[in-house]
Amino acid sequence: MNVTAYVVLSGILFTIGCVGVLTRRNAIVVFMCVELMLNASNLALVAFARQHGNLDGQIAAFFVMVVAAAEVVVGLAIIMTIFRTRRSASVDDASLLKY
Amino acid sequence: MYAFNEGAIPVVDPTSADGIYSLLWLIIALPLAGAAILLVGGRFTDKWGHLLGTLLPIGSFGLSLALFLDLVGRDEADRQVSQHLYTWIQVGGLDVGADLLYDPLSALFLLLITGVGSLIHVYSIGYMAHDPRRRRFFGYLNLFVAAMLTLVLAENYLGLFLGWEGVGLASYLLIGFWQHKPSAAAAAKKAFVINRVGDMGMSTAIMMLFVTFGSTSFTVISEKAGDASDTQLTILGLLLLLGACAKSAQFPLQAWLLDAMEGPTPVSALIHAATMVTAGVYLIVRSNFIFELAPHAQTAVVVVALISIFWGAAIGCAKDDIKKGLAGSTMSQIGYMMLGAGLGAAGYAFAIFHLMTHGFFKANMFLGAGSVMHGMDDDVDMRHYGALRKMMPVTFLTFAMGYLAIIGFPGFSGFWSKDKIIETALADSWLVGICALLGAGVTGFYMTRMMLMTFFGEKRWEKDVHPHESPSVMTGPLVALAALSVLGGIMLAGDWIQDFLAPVVGSEAHDDPPLPALAVTTIAVLVVAAGVALAWMLFGRQAVPRTAPQDVSFATRAARAELYGNQINDGLVVTPTRHLVGGLLVLDKRGVDGTLTGGATGVGALGGLARRAQNGFVRTYALSLLGGALLVVLALLAVNLA
Repeated sequence: MNVTAYVVLSGILFTIGCVGVLTRRNAIVVFMCVELMLNASNLALVAFARQHGNLDGQIAAFFVMVVAAAEVVVGLAIIMTIFRTRRSASVDDASLLKY
Repeated sequence: MYAFNEGAIPVVDPTSADGIYSLLWLIIALPLAGAAILLVGGRFTDKWGHLLGTLLPIGSFGLSLALFLDLVGRDEADRQVSQHLYTWIQVGGLDVGADLLYDPLSALFLLLITGVGSLIHVYSIGYMAHDPRRRRFFGYLNLFVAAMLTLVLAENYLGLFLGWEGVGLASYLLIGFWQHKPSAAAAAKKAFVINRVGDMGMSTAIMMLFVTFGSTSFTVISEKAGDASDTQLTILGLLLLLGACAKSAQFPLQAWLLDAMEGPTPVSALIHAATMVTAGVYLIVRSNFIFELAPHAQTAVVVVALISIFWGAAIGCAKDDIKKGLAGSTMSQIGYMMLGAGLGAAGYAFAIFHLMTHGFFKANMFLGAGSVMHGMDDDVDMRHYGALRKMMPVTFLTFAMGYLAIIGFPGFSGFWSKDKIIETALADSWLVGICALLGAGVTGFYMTRMMLMTFFGEKRWEKDVHPHESPSVMTGPLVALAALSVLGGIMLAGDWIQDFLAPVVGSEAHDDPPLPALAVTTIAVLVVAAGVALAWMLFGRQAVPRTAPQDVSFATRAARAELYGNQINDGLVVTPTRHLVGGLLVLDKRGVDGTLTGGATGVGALGGLARRAQNGFVRTYALSLLGGALLVVLALLAVNLA
């Protein structure tokens, strides 16, 4: 089966996520873009698993989902705390930890 | 005469200790225990510390006397006893035992150290009665006695070195006993530093002995000494002489002895006159098996001895400080012992003989000087004395016995011992003999000067000084030492001391002197009489001024300045060393430290630049993450496509 379309879609989604992470300041949007990148890689994993006819890639995709879910819990909690203390969700405002 | 090894170098071949000799270790252990109790016990022992500290050396003396009497009763060939205590050091080929050797030489030293030492301990009870740190003083004295006994009882050079350093430590502690005086602290430091120079010679000699003979034991080395090459033996002899020079205050390492008089007077008597400063003579006599095979080293010993005889005598002639005058005299008299030791088998026994008699009369005179100082409120300037013979009759009479002994008045102990050395020196060479004779004349001069300035003439006392005789605890030892100064010559009766020492140092009748012995003696007495007469002309007939005259000849000025020994040391060693150290310091600060701190500053600056990358913006980190990932991917592609 031809997986080119899926891989191209995956690449497009990953690039959109990547550009989002790099350009947006709102922590929630950055977070969503990270999720987008994770799902883009999931799509690539599943597509290649289908091409090779084995389940390795699909299992890896499940792992990514589980880790992403856990990461969402922690990440959102951090964003919530930052917002509560600073009244801002901008990632550039939280820049005190530096040289 | 000890006939069966006439002229041969005797070998140390001891039998194992049994019976009474198994108590040998106790002689060292008693005063050592005293030092430990007094120094560790602290002020709990203040009340009775001085009594314990006196009893223990007396105990050692009793034991030494018992052993000595037993040794004399033994067969001549059987008079060397060794006791193995334990294995001290065992590393590879180096096997050093804590062994003691008891033979006629160490027997005589034991009697001198514990006998004179005990008398001086008794004297110190009175002398130090008003010192709040008397208990500590006795602790140090006991430590000294223990170390000195170790020095003379050790069976190998390493054990000897242990005692050697021990007496050096005790000497340092006691010179600086009144450490609140900066001069005393400086004098202690000076003695310590100059002795390090000698220790360098000693330790190098010991290492060389081990390399050459594979052992440091007297038994082994005396047996194998002939196997070594002449060069090795000469170097060994010179190194040992260097050690001996520092310890015995001989030229060129003599400068510390006069400053050492900063210590309490009993210390000057015990350590810096009777015992420790003679350790150098002991070392050379003990190492006779090396020096006998190294004639060049023996010549060096004689040269050093002759210079020291006159150097010390010159100082003795000019100093107004009674203790420094006696110290100069000590240096000069040790020169005589060194001379005897440098003359080889013919002279060893006489060197030891003079060492013993000098131990008696010089300790006597130092204690006498201490007694005078005690009565004169610790004034040491002889120009402030005068006419003390009526105020201190016992001190005067006992001092006079020591005086007659040191100048060699016929019949007194010093007469016999010095006469024998002069005779042996004359037999060796005209030049050496005449130098020794002249030295005896100068001795007569400076000792008479001291005697006249202190006990005769007009009163020149400071105001508020009321001279008085010292308590009997101080005069008792003086009387005992005076008796020994008079009778010490008895050791020569029937050539006893030569025969007694022959198993250790060998025996050799010296060559026929150019003059008959009686003529030599007569000349010596006449030379001394001339010195005495000259001193009487200058200091007996004329009044002694209360302040030292300033318009004096260059020779007098030089002698007052100890022949510029300190200035020579400063110019040759101290100042160059200071400059060297200053240069090294600059090199260290600018060079070594500069390189290190410079490097550190450079790394720090680099870090400061790299730190800027850490700017706190999450998105910058994400960008560098992406860049890194891209680089990895590109690299993988490049590798795969190539």
